[in-house]
Amino acid sequence: MKSFTVLEGRVAPMDRANVDTDMIIPKQFLKSIKRSGFGPNLFDEMRYLDEGQPGRDNSQRPLNPDFPLNHARYRGASILLARENFGCGSSREHAPWALEDYGFRCIIAPSFADIFYNNCFKNGILPVVLPAEQVEQLFAALYAEEGYQLKVDLERQQVQTPTGETLRFEVDTARKHCLLQGLDDIGVTLESAGAIRDFEQRWRQSSPWLFDVIGREQR
Amino acid sequence: MAGLTLYDKLWRNHLVEQRDDGSALIYIDRHLIHEVTSPQAFEGLRLAGRRPWRLDANLAVPDHNVPTSAAERAGGVAGIVDEISRLQVQTLDDNCLAFDITEIPINDLRQGIVHVVGPEQGATLPGMTVVCGDSHTSTHGALGALAHGIGTSEVEHVLATQCLVQQKMKNMLVRVDGKLQPGVTAKDVALAIIGQIGTAGGTGYAIEFGGDVVRAMSMEGRMTLCNMSIEAGARMGMIAVDATTLDYVRGRTYSPRGELWEEAVAAWSDLHSDADAQFDKVVTLQGEAIQPQVTWGTSPEMVLPVDGVLPDPAQIENPSRREGARRALEYMGLQPGTAITDIHLDRVFIGSCTNSRIEDLRAAAAVVQGKRVAPTIKQALVVPGSGQVKAMAEAEGLDRIFLDAGMEWREPGCSMCLAMNADKLGAGEHCASTSNRNFEGRQGIGGRTHLVSPAMAAAAAIAGHFVDVRSLQETDA
Ligand code: SF4
Repeated sequence: MKSFTVLEGRVAPMDRANVDTDMIIPKQFLKSIKRSGFGPNLFDEMRYLDEGQPGRDNSQRPLNPDFPLNHARYRGASILLARENFGCGSSREHAPWALEDYGFRCIIAPSFADIFYNNCFKNGILPVVLPAEQVEQLFAALYAEEGYQLKVDLERQQVQTPTGETLRFEVDTARKHCLLQGLDDIGVTLESAGAIRDFEQRWRQSSPWLFDVIGREQR
Repeated sequence: MAGLTLYDKLWRNHLVEQRDDGSALIYIDRHLIHEVTSPQAFEGLRLAGRRPWRLDANLAVPDHNVPTSAAERAGGVAGIVDEISRLQVQTLDDNCLAFDITEIPINDLRQGIVHVVGPEQGATLPGMTVVCGDSHTSTHGALGALAHGIGTSEVEHVLATQCLVQQKMKNMLVRVDGKLQPGVTAKDVALAIIGQIGTAGGTGYAIEFGGDVVRAMSMEGRMTLCNMSIEAGARMGMIAVDATTLDYVRGRTYSPRGELWEEAVAAWSDLHSDADAQFDKVVTLQGEAIQPQVTWGTSPEMVLPVDGVLPDPAQIENPSRREGARRALEYMGLQPGTAITDIHLDRVFIGSCTNSRIEDLRAAAAVVQGKRVAPTIKQALVVPGSGQVKAMAEAEGLDRIFLDAGMEWREPGCSMCLAMNADKLGAGEHCASTSNRNFEGRQGIGGRTHLVSPAMAAAAAIAGHFVDVRSLQETDA
């Protein structure tokens, strides 16, 4: 996983509440067997005027001129500024994959849906929760200034605005540690391989019917 | 010290390591795999050069994308018309072969919806931790297991480490006392619970279902109930082990036998909440008061008894609920004040991991026997949950009953539950469905889903609109 330390980048708006994972990446794209390549279909239904299908050349599709990500002023954005309950709905991890593939590494919102929040950390994206008033102010500043940028510092847990204001955010220690180091969860768990093996051995003794049953016909 | 709940015991039994930050490493006994949420997990293993930790903990089966028409099924994987669906199912086959994971392939008699197959094969057992990259994994809790859905990164995590990093949930008891009226089923109980506590009512909790009504339920009914825990906001639902559980589990392909069976039964006798266990929240319902349920909106909590009339948003005080009801009625093309029994239907779907087991098909067949589907119904699909359910139903002659009534009898799979294969609703079409989600577009873009029990879906197919299945059964008598 990519580590996240300090990110300085352009900000783009997603100015509506309850953006669900189906809006982030519609279900027809779940048929993909890859983890990459979802970027061109991020927010597909809002972003294009026609209906998207997997395997189509997205560069030929008519863009929705009203959708902010299609505006030159937000091109190359790496920070998404959003509203409450971002990422609700189905648990599809394709949602953070699409955001990451598009180039977003940080999402700032007043609140996130549980599973989506968790899925972000597993994919190198930092979800930042800020109070609603601060998010409101950031939206105002973003709309007022073309090329608006923010600096997000995970180590110090703060967002810095161009005017030098610093906004503090909370993040739990374990998740922060993994993201700062770019540690992959599996690697961290495998540090406990000894404990897992010990447990497994005891468990096999007390509940032998749980072991060596499936696949017995082939072995 | 207060006693332990069933959830506390299952958690304790699988705790590998408690961490300082409040998280814990939990050992996973059974990992079920399907084609939609696994390809990227296998790709991850490959990229990191990792192997599965324990092969015999895994069982794979394709279900979401498989076609359900006999003609398309005849060609196996190669015969799947939709190219991308075919690739996804083929990729599951390839990955299972490459990593040496046991798979029940597309045209095996045991193939079916992963949540029907697991218990049916004895692959999910009491006392286990069971996970799968699918939110309806809560179904398996009916056997007294700790079972819940996971994301794709976690699928890879379980494959590689046989563990998950978890936070402990709070305990909720949902107790259904008394007795159900005839014609009222586990599906109605599930919908009534969601109607009472709401779709976020169980968020942060592990639910245990108890009470006389649950104790009297068959295993099929219990699975229906636990299946919809996720629609009540809880990742997991579970039911204590009793004689009904043991009768169901005994003699299945992967169930223990002989001496091991005796040992297992002894261990399972502890799988219930202690009499003095403390729950963080208790919800009670009275069985006699539950009527057949029908959802009218775009969230499972938008549900009414069959004799109800649709709400008027103007009368709803809470502004966000008012707006939600207004948008739902608009999407569903329904007017406030309409009686549920005046909602006309275009299609009927009997199937899904909620209601595609043998008992569900028997209940539906009992209603349609000797009758014809209303001419206004474009399609009535019956999709058994597995090849074994299908074979059993055919041996009992249920397929003939459905076909004679003008219904379609299909091959097992998820089918119209989420419309990832060819079975879909058209825009604006109303469907009586025995599945679990009525979200906008769930069964096809613009489709309008009404969640009901199999008996209610069957009755609606005959009438062309919703009817109280009990009135039908009475006139028969
Ligand atoms: S039947 Fe529906 S809810 Fe169940 S696993 Fe399949 S798609 Fe999911």
